[in-house]
Amino acid sequence: MTPLLITKGLSRSFGGLRAVDNVDFALMPGEIRALIGPNGAGKTTFVSLVSGRIQPSSGAVVFDGADVTGLPAYVRVRRGIAYTFQITSVFANLSAYDNVALPVQRTLSDNRSKGAVRDGVMTALERTGLAERARTPAGQLSYGHQRLLEVAMGLALKPRLLILDEPTQGLADSEIDNFITLVREIAENATVLLIEHNMPVVMQLADRITVFNAGKILAEGTPEQIRENAAVQEAYLGTAP
Amino acid sequence: MSEASPAKAYGLHLGVIALLFLMNFVLPDYYHGLLARIMVLAVFAMGYNILFGYVGLLSLGHAMFFGAGLYGAGLAIIQLGWSVPAAFAAGLACGAVLSLIIGLLALRTTGVAFMIVTMMFAQVFYLLILYFATWTGGDQGQVVPQPARVLNFGATSLDLTNPTVRYMSALVLFSVVLLTTLAIVRSRYGRVLVAIRENEERTKMLGFDTFSNKLLAVAISGTICAASGAAYALLFGYVGSNFASVQYSILPLLWVLLGGAATTLGPLIGTLFMYYVIDITSGYTSAYLLIVGVALILLVLFFPKGILGTIRQRWLRWLP
Repeated sequence: MTPLLITKGLSRSFGGLRAVDNVDFALMPGEIRALIGPNGAGKTTFVSLVSGRIQPSSGAVVFDGADVTGLPAYVRVRRGIAYTFQITSVFANLSAYDNVALPVQRTLSDNRSKGAVRDGVMTALERTGLAERARTPAGQLSYGHQRLLEVAMGLALKPRLLILDEPTQGLADSEIDNFITLVREIAENATVLLIEHNMPVVMQLADRITVFNAGKILAEGTPEQIRENAAVQEAYLGTAP
Repeated sequence: MSEASPAKAYGLHLGVIALLFLMNFVLPDYYHGLLARIMVLAVFAMGYNILFGYVGLLSLGHAMFFGAGLYGAGLAIIQLGWSVPAAFAAGLACGAVLSLIIGLLALRTTGVAFMIVTMMFAQVFYLLILYFATWTGGDQGQVVPQPARVLNFGATSLDLTNPTVRYMSALVLFSVVLLTTLAIVRSRYGRVLVAIRENEERTKMLGFDTFSNKLLAVAISGTICAASGAAYALLFGYVGSNFASVQYSILPLLWVLLGGAATTLGPLIGTLFMYYVIDITSGYTSAYLLIVGVALILLVLFFPKGILGTIRQRWLRWLP
């Protein structure tokens, strides 16, 4: 099996800071991969390079066998890389319905009827439990619901790779359980790359974990391997005396 | 934006059109002529509103698109002796081509830079009109000769200088543009435009080529403004450089702000309001601009979203 996503020597500097430093990374289709690491480790910069929101200083991004390094973000989205934002950025003045209708109408190529948009939107809203709030302006939804709306928008793009940037931040515990179920469902049809600080969520969801530190990959492995890894413990907890 | 109540929305717009139709029979001569002019200029405002209201791009150069239509149609008659329909088409084509070119260049910028770039291009357009005064008539302008302003359909002919014909022609143009605007706003394309206004970065990450969408919006907006300019030349028979001056870039902005940006009927209300305030106040005092200024300040204070925008916000949420 060939990887869905490969990065080769991917780097990005901001001034003197090498936020992402020569990262070689591979992601298998169907996998749920978690990216973890201390704040400022370069996780968000890394997924921004993958999604095309920012351009790399050097290196390449290969998606589904094709080099996409030079492609603008919107083309990568059309190829199947969807990105949900760390800082919630739903369209606050549009209804939840319209928020999801945007990605739905973009992905409809064969069926252009009004009913098709409605079906697509309501399916995505139902999967995220927001169907009853379809008419509510997104800005008036609770924070947790706005996060779910982000996921619904990502889902509606029918992505092959869904990048979730800290999706459970600000969610209540009860909402987190539903969220874990949701991500498992999504992973039946898509590959998921998840940046997450909530360790119980990571340990439950991830097939494999990649640990970033100072712009580099510090370790990679199954949840058990990462838990036992001395270098990871050091990065998170500081050097043992 | 929302998919609710299409019947209500179209009903309201058709009602406004019907009302304007009835006005033809009841208005006294002076206001009859004024309203025809307002309808043509409201088309200008509606074109401006597409870009400013829905895409959120503030242009300070739309006089050049109005001017392109005005001169495209006017000069086609004066210099080339074309018929009225051909001249109108020429005006539209000038506006479409110019707005595509300006869009390609100006959309590389956003925000304040976009305002400045569009304003500069409009100034270039204005100065070119003055420079080529032998053809354009320069700042004196030119009159489109009355005998040329006739629409011929075989045996019957419509004289555009006749008040009723002129009013009805203005109404037809106004209605077509109003219903087109409504259809655009309610379409999926309209939803993308609003999304770009609200958050362009996010829209890109949903897979939309925002540049192409904005370019199309500039072209639609510019072409509608050109339609207004072309109609103005044909119906009112005067082509002058002051219509391409910076004042005519700011006027549509004012009309739209007054009536309510991103409302389909706001441009008409704003244009109507502004004209009538000027008309009424100038009857009392020569310092009417002072009163206009005070009226504008009061509106901004109490109706910050424009007349219709505030009505929509407070009472009629379904207004398109």
